[in-house]
Amino acid sequence: MPSFPPALVLSLGALLIPFLRGPLRKLYLLALPIVSFAALLATPQGSSFDYEAFGHTLTLMQVDKTSLLFGYVFHFAAFVGVLYALHVKDTTQQVSAVIYAGMALGAVFAGDLITFWLFWEGLAFSSVFLILARRQADSNRAAMHYLLVQIVSGLLLLVGIALYMHGHDGATAMARLTPSGSGHSIFNLDWAGPGVWLIFLGLGIKCAWPLLHSWVTVGYPAATATGAVFLSAFTTKCAVYALVRLFPGTEELIWIGVGMAGFPIFYAVIENDLRRVLCYSMINQIGFMVVGVGIGTELALNGAMAHAFCDIIFKGLLFMTMGAVLFRTGRMNGSDLGGLHRTMPWTAAFCAIGAASISAFPLFSAFISKSLIMIAAAREGYHLVWLVLLFAAAGVLEHAGIKIPFFAFFAHDSGLRPKEAPRNMLAAMAISGLACIGLGSFPDLLYRHLPYAIPDYALPYTWPHVIQQTQLLVWSALAVGTLMLLRFYPPELRSVNLDADWWYRKATRAFVAFGQGPLMRIFGWLSKAVHETIPTGLRYFARNPGGAVRLAFDRVALGWAGLFRGMPAVDAAQERLREDQARFAETTPGAAWPISTTVLYTAVVFLVFLLVVLA
Amino acid sequence: MSHPPVPTEPIFNPEDPEVPVPVRGTGDHGTWFTRHVRGIIIGLYVTAFVVLMLDLFYAKHSYFSEEDWFGFYGFYGFVGCVTLVLLAKLLRKAVMRSEDYWDA
Repeated sequence: MPSFPPALVLSLGALLIPFLRGPLRKLYLLALPIVSFAALLATPQGSSFDYEAFGHTLTLMQVDKTSLLFGYVFHFAAFVGVLYALHVKDTTQQVSAVIYAGMALGAVFAGDLITFWLFWEGLAFSSVFLILARRQADSNRAAMHYLLVQIVSGLLLLVGIALYMHGHDGATAMARLTPSGSGHSIFNLDWAGPGVWLIFLGLGIKCAWPLLHSWVTVGYPAATATGAVFLSAFTTKCAVYALVRLFPGTEELIWIGVGMAGFPIFYAVIENDLRRVLCYSMINQIGFMVVGVGIGTELALNGAMAHAFCDIIFKGLLFMTMGAVLFRTGRMNGSDLGGLHRTMPWTAAFCAIGAASISAFPLFSAFISKSLIMIAAAREGYHLVWLVLLFAAAGVLEHAGIKIPFFAFFAHDSGLRPKEAPRNMLAAMAISGLACIGLGSFPDLLYRHLPYAIPDYALPYTWPHVIQQTQLLVWSALAVGTLMLLRFYPPELRSVNLDADWWYRKATRAFVAFGQGPLMRIFGWLSKAVHETIPTGLRYFARNPGGAVRLAFDRVALGWAGLFRGMPAVDAAQERLREDQARFAETTPGAAWPISTTVLYTAVVFLVFLLVVLA
Repeated sequence: MSHPPVPTEPIFNPEDPEVPVPVRGTGDHGTWFTRHVRGIIIGLYVTAFVVLMLDLFYAKHSYFSEEDWFGFYGFYGFVGCVTLVLLAKLLRKAVMRSEDYWDA
């Protein structure tokens, strides 16, 4: 099979979807990721598909172990996602989802920054339709929020790349921007600068760093049941990939990652929308990866990539189970759900597998990936980081391991008796569930595709690791169970929890309110002055400038004299002024003032002008 | 825990409009899980005790000194989760608003 860039197989192939009907379209949808995967396997390692653009030689495909790993799992996600969404008849969603997957593949195989940026923008514009396809007022608003943030990220990246190229003789290679080794600060001016900072920040937005993360928690829960499955796989993982590629060993990432792993779990406990809980959980998991990139040793980078690989699969599985619930019941709030295991036992079982995987139970996938990052942090002596990550690992069990399956499928009986998920959804969940268990049970399946060898001390199946991890999880579950039994666990409540988007949502609202209120009034005044007050005044003045000046003078003088109202002389003067004003209003312009006067005034103005200019 | 009232009307499902969600069918509502709540809880406590005791039976390879404490991981998980839930309850006081907060 001749090689062809997978990104183009998917994104160009997607354009044919609208022309196919019925079973043919379904077959075609399923075939696209498979053909694309075959095209990837046929592409040789190294750079290929060079093209000329913008005066640079750009590279469409850079195939090495790092990009291949993401390429494999993106194909997996694309295939499972398409299978999961096979019942959907909405062409918009089908086309945009496949293009979106293609853009993600394009981004991870991009050999240069410009190509990367093009696909990075493509990610934003193709994915937003998965939110818009919900076709509801609130999801449209969420989609705009999502798109605006994505565009800001793209612009930062673009400007950053331009500045970086300007400072580096047009270098565009998609290679590390940091010096080799680890422990570099992004504020080190020897290698960083505004361009590098902007690239860093642009990636950070799509990576959902703390305070920049709201587009995830606003956008993804507003997507369609099937759309969220695609969304959960690609955008944020492309950002993780780019950090691995461009900024390994950047020390700030450790602390950013610690923040990402730490703060969202608190929100996850109190959030009612179960897909939003998954979003917070996703930020938490990406936090582990970002810490790994920040540590930057071979083991840590392996861990970051392995965890991204596993996360795409188990987070996709969890989003699929919640999507099935949304599809069958039309609800997603924990407060409205519960007891669904009666009629959706398979979905409940797959959800439990996803929950065990994300919680990192032995034999499930995160057990073999998260541990690499933990060990890397411990070996490099990041004691506090290690303690926070361990706390976050316990917190994952609380919100993703227990809360999600418990409130959807168990807890109190909501009375809902939905049908089991459609067969295509169940098949997709089964494939992902098997992959979670397969990776967790046979870690070498994944390890041999990692860029670096896994040293013996980091192998996951040792007695200490198995027992300690089990102990951590079981006792965490015990804590949650005990709190529930004591009725101390916070109930699911219909509510909104304020988050980092508060300030810019409030700020934009204040800006709009300012625009509609005070700003409009100021413009109103200006407009009135320019269009009415000043011309009217000028016309009035022009009828008889001398008279107008005299009248104005009289009015001011008599205004002061008004203090002595009642004196006959003053009253008489005011009466005279009124008569003068009335007569003035009847004056025909030009009649009392011949052209010569106008010429005189013009000459005076001209003289003043000359004096000002020449002085 | 307070729960919303159980709906009694079939509910229109926006994503799958053909199929209204059936509500509380007839017959037995109990399942294996609902009948064994007590057993599951006891099982959890027993498992917790067993994995704690396992700490006595293997050689630790610790990076930090606290890992050598008996039952450190169990203790840390338990305390961590209790702290997490308690702090989250406090967080609710600070950030929770009514559902139509952003619509107002």
